[in-house]
Amino acid sequence: MNAKETRTTSALLYLDGVHVSFDGFHAINNLSLTLEPGEMRAIIGPNGAGKTTMMDIITGKTKPDEGEVLFDGITDLTRLDETRIAELGIGRKFQKPTVFESQTIQDNLLLALNVDHSVRGTLFWRETRDESERIERVLETIRLKDARHKLAGSLSHGQKQWLEIGMLLAQDPKLLLVDEPVAGMTDVETHQTAELLKEINKDKTIMVVEHDMTFVRELGVKVTCLHEGTVLAEGTIDQVSSNERVIEVYLGR
Amino acid sequence: MPHVLTRSLDRSATIFLAVVAAAGILIPLSNLLLPAGSMFQVPTYLVALFGKYVCYAILALSIDLIWGYCGILSLGHGAFFALGGYAMGMYLMRQIGSRGVYGNPILPDFMVFLNYPELPWYWYGFDMFWFAAVMVLLVPGLLAFCFGWLAFRSRVTGVYLSIITQAMTYALLLAFFRNDFGFGGNNGLTDFKDILGFNVQADGTRAALFLLSCLALIIAFLICRAVVTSKLGKVLIAVRDAESRTRFLGYRVESYKLFVFTLSACMAGVAGALYVPQVGIINPGEFAPGNSIEAVIWVAVGGRGTLIGAALGAVVVNYAKTVFTSGPLAPYWLFMLGALFILVTLLLPKGIIGTFNAWWEPWKAQRISTNAESAALEDGVSVSKPNPAE
Repeated sequence: MNAKETRTTSALLYLDGVHVSFDGFHAINNLSLTLEPGEMRAIIGPNGAGKTTMMDIITGKTKPDEGEVLFDGITDLTRLDETRIAELGIGRKFQKPTVFESQTIQDNLLLALNVDHSVRGTLFWRETRDESERIERVLETIRLKDARHKLAGSLSHGQKQWLEIGMLLAQDPKLLLVDEPVAGMTDVETHQTAELLKEINKDKTIMVVEHDMTFVRELGVKVTCLHEGTVLAEGTIDQVSSNERVIEVYLGR
Repeated sequence: MPHVLTRSLDRSATIFLAVVAAAGILIPLSNLLLPAGSMFQVPTYLVALFGKYVCYAILALSIDLIWGYCGILSLGHGAFFALGGYAMGMYLMRQIGSRGVYGNPILPDFMVFLNYPELPWYWYGFDMFWFAAVMVLLVPGLLAFCFGWLAFRSRVTGVYLSIITQAMTYALLLAFFRNDFGFGGNNGLTDFKDILGFNVQADGTRAALFLLSCLALIIAFLICRAVVTSKLGKVLIAVRDAESRTRFLGYRVESYKLFVFTLSACMAGVAGALYVPQVGIINPGEFAPGNSIEAVIWVAVGGRGTLIGAALGAVVVNYAKTVFTSGPLAPYWLFMLGALFILVTLLLPKGIIGTFNAWWEPWKAQRISTNAESAALEDGVSVSKPNPAE
């Protein structure tokens, strides 16, 4: 119903001519962007460039006024709600780490697993070996194995960021949208996070929004710079950071 | 099912159930078997009073299930309680038969008085107990389902939801006050004679109703525990704490809210149905918005999100109400209730049980870890567990 007959693009995520305005403010302006399967892309841009709004559009939180948003070449995301989009395999990590603070780390991951999410399914749920093994693997990856029975609210800021990445992994999406993963992290944690994302990128497509240039450089992937809701420059980090207009925007000249 | 039971019954839940079961058995026994005037004999008026408290405890549980675990603050739950009560009241009215003041074998007194030519269609079937019992669940459940379907799909949350639940119970209050609505108007339904052939005033019936109320409380508690200790319970808490995050994980939040809201309304309906034969009347006053708010206060006082606290809060606050409204302090009860709510919010934000747990859990955890340490020391280092496969 929501799918087109034929695949029009090879891209996993395809945005074309997207417009969004809030009360006359053009948050997103003719934004076009494609993400190939298996790619990792870093999105940079000054405050108010529309980075988070773009993620809201992809995940169904905000509906665009105009433009096309296709997932996997066939699914029109603008017609679906958050739940459906999550079920399709798009996971999101928020700017402010949002974990379920009053539940344990293990339960946070359990909730994130992409298993039956119906009311009946959860009411009569019993843990399977496969599920506990998956949780085990994620705990290992995010290095919180010893803290599994701790409440998520008791974690440090950096650990919460990791737990949220872990929840993304448990969700096992095709596309990960990661909003400012290293905000508030120490240098060591930032480095570890870059390593973790590179590891995850081996079999998942990732879009990561970040301000921290050292981190973006460390990722070593294609960079897109947004400004006033549109793409300003695209290329390697060196190309983008030497681009005249990017410098202008960042330095406010 | 055994795993559901073991999962649901932790230590405090077991103690709670044991206390309710003991009260449900001992109070009726003492009332019926011991001679009147004996020190340990519970007089009949107290049995009925305690029965009322138990019904309130079930209502409080139903509120705690949605408020404490899913963050839905309903300020109109009294409506579901009253609807269950009316369904039972209609059955009791039809049992009066020709013993009414006007002696009409079909029409209840108020209908004769108001010149009803015949029984309205929606009174059909209420002469049968099973039908009334089904309606006790169905009517509040259906209303909650329709109301919730509209509200949760439109993503009405927080204080806005609370306000429209108030509006809902107020609208029902006005409707039930009308004489031509067909439920006895201002006076409601009263003068009950029999329930299932037993005199509602008799000591034995009252004792049995009390026992049944305790049984209903036990079942309601077990259902709530089974729900909150399941994975669904974890989803409910997730919705309470971070609703949009839960959505982005791929949960259909409105379905979860609808499920738990409807379940809760059915429980409130059962509480109302047990309440009516014990107090002997149901009138539109039960729909008053203040009643619903009072029920929320019981939960807050006992401790939201603890279930046991909700039941305890209902009993404690209502006992205080009974004591104070029968003495010289009667005119000031509402001020005291308000003060109690403010004090609990300021000083005991987790309620009685929540505060007790916060104080008790660390102590218990410490005791367990020291026990484990000393046990490990006594056993020495080489603790070899027997292998079950051998």
